[in-house]
Amino acid sequence: MLIVKKFLRDVPAVLGFVIIVAVVLVALIAPLLASAEAVYDGNIMERLKPPSVEHWFGTDNLGRDIFARVMVGAQGALIVALSVVALAIAIGVPAGLYAGYTTGWASELVMRVTDVFLSVPQLILALAVAQLIGKGLESAMLALALTYWPFFCRTVFSETRRVRNTLFVDALQGIGASQWRILMVHVLPNVASPVIVRATIGMGFTILTTAVLGFLGIGATPPSPDWGLAIAESREYLPESWWAVTFPGLAILITVLGFNLFGDGMRDLVDPRLRRSR
Amino acid sequence: MTRFILRRLLLVLPSLFGLLVLTFVMLRILPNDPSAALAGENATPAQIAAIRKAYGFDEPIWKQFVIYLKQVAQADLGNSTISGRPVATDIALRLPATIELTLCALVFATLVGIPLGTLAAVWHNSPFDHVMRIVTVGGLAIAAFWFAIILQLVFSMSLDWLPLRGRLAVGTPEPARFTRLFLVDSLLTGRFDLFWNALQHIIMPAFTLSLGGLASIARFTRAGVLDTLQKDFVGYAEAAGYRTRRIVWVYVLRNSVVAATTQIGLLFGALISSAVAVEAIFDWPGIGSYAVNAILTSDYKAILAVTLVVGVIYAVVNIVVDITHALLDPRVAESL
Repeated sequence: MLIVKKFLRDVPAVLGFVIIVAVVLVALIAPLLASAEAVYDGNIMERLKPPSVEHWFGTDNLGRDIFARVMVGAQGALIVALSVVALAIAIGVPAGLYAGYTTGWASELVMRVTDVFLSVPQLILALAVAQLIGKGLESAMLALALTYWPFFCRTVFSETRRVRNTLFVDALQGIGASQWRILMVHVLPNVASPVIVRATIGMGFTILTTAVLGFLGIGATPPSPDWGLAIAESREYLPESWWAVTFPGLAILITVLGFNLFGDGMRDLVDPRLRRSR
Repeated sequence: MTRFILRRLLLVLPSLFGLLVLTFVMLRILPNDPSAALAGENATPAQIAAIRKAYGFDEPIWKQFVIYLKQVAQADLGNSTISGRPVATDIALRLPATIELTLCALVFATLVGIPLGTLAAVWHNSPFDHVMRIVTVGGLAIAAFWFAIILQLVFSMSLDWLPLRGRLAVGTPEPARFTRLFLVDSLLTGRFDLFWNALQHIIMPAFTLSLGGLASIARFTRAGVLDTLQKDFVGYAEAAGYRTRRIVWVYVLRNSVVAATTQIGLLFGALISSAVAVEAIFDWPGIGSYAVNAILTSDYKAILAVTLVVGVIYAVVNIVVDITHALLDPRVAESL
């Protein structure tokens, strides 16, 4: 339990953890409590009302309650980020394990493909891919996953290369363990911690990128309470209705901050080489 | 050193070639029938066949790839599927605006990020350090497009201190063209009014863009300075009676910043990504807003051309950064 103690001493990381738990709870509960009128249909008589006791964050141009929309939007943001990161892991980790453990043309090919994907900033590549596979949330998610897996592949590759040359892997090969068994049972747990750290920070990063895609109109489609889309829709009612733009952006900021702070703390725990507070 | 530069250049060739393959695949294979797309909705089969022949789509795929390579080598990235104008010309016209913006952001991020990171390291685990940590993590968590809108809301719409959008006030003639960077050109021609005009326009977009970079630079500087502070020579310098201020800002910083420069190459990718949305919000006439327009109009040739151009610039920036790094620290040159 030393690790828990160490973690609890890291105040910013604990703050990050608390934020994540809070966002997850909101994402689970808000859709049950919020009415369809508040989130999707709106009440045109109540449009563009400033924050009040009735509407904590005010209302948007269709008279929808922004507090309810921001809270329900958490669910979409988390689901999208989880799916993208999970799919990226599902592609990147096996590819990295394979390329790191074996040598030869197939391993070379995997790493060269990884290099190509990493040679263009992810968002630019995701825009191009999303453009080609069509608009909408699903294709935006697919585009993000297809451009994010190389980050996992690169991480797993270098870790696997390191583990492959250790004595215990030599020993396993010596007693005739199969390659599959060595990779899954012995190498994978050893490369898991950097993957978990990368995934935590990747959650925050993906929420940001999804918001950009939503804002540019190639992610979520109306009437979704997606945060990026909400900012784009409310932009034309500035400067009068500042609340309609401000609160969804704050929601993005706080959620991503939570994942980044937590990921940072985890990196310090699992990788003493990168320890920040000496 | 020459050997290092040559090897570094050779290293980038496979990924540039891969990038060409990738854009080619997306360009030719993913749109089901590019000839039909080019011919438009009401085209007859004969028209489609003619286009197929004219563009070489009836050739075997490897031959099409060779044709594509030849076109790219001649800076021919095709014509926009919407406006019909050559994509390469459009991008070349818009590139200087993006370069000016990202350079300003990078310079600002470096000038502010390095001192902040150094202070955080010197006073590590102090309240200043903790605040800096939350600020730098926050800088990476903020959605640039949202922050841009908030800046517009506060400084343009409410306070009316800074212009809302564009690169120059509407109707102002551009400065004479030397570098096509307005800030530089206006100074070169002695037009201080234009310089002031351009400066006011670039402040908000450049500041927005710099946030993420500032945060990363501060973090890496902090880590580097903390590392260097543990070195023996620091203890020696202290024992020899050098002032702490001199040790930190001259000797320690010089030894820590070198490693942080490698980060600038990576930062450039983040800058270009944020530039896409930021340019769209400030109506900045660069390749970011060009890409957004291309997306909104489904102009896939323009998008792929932007991808290719950004990939090449990214590679060049990283090579320049690596060579600078090797010049500053000869050990790097030996390791490759």
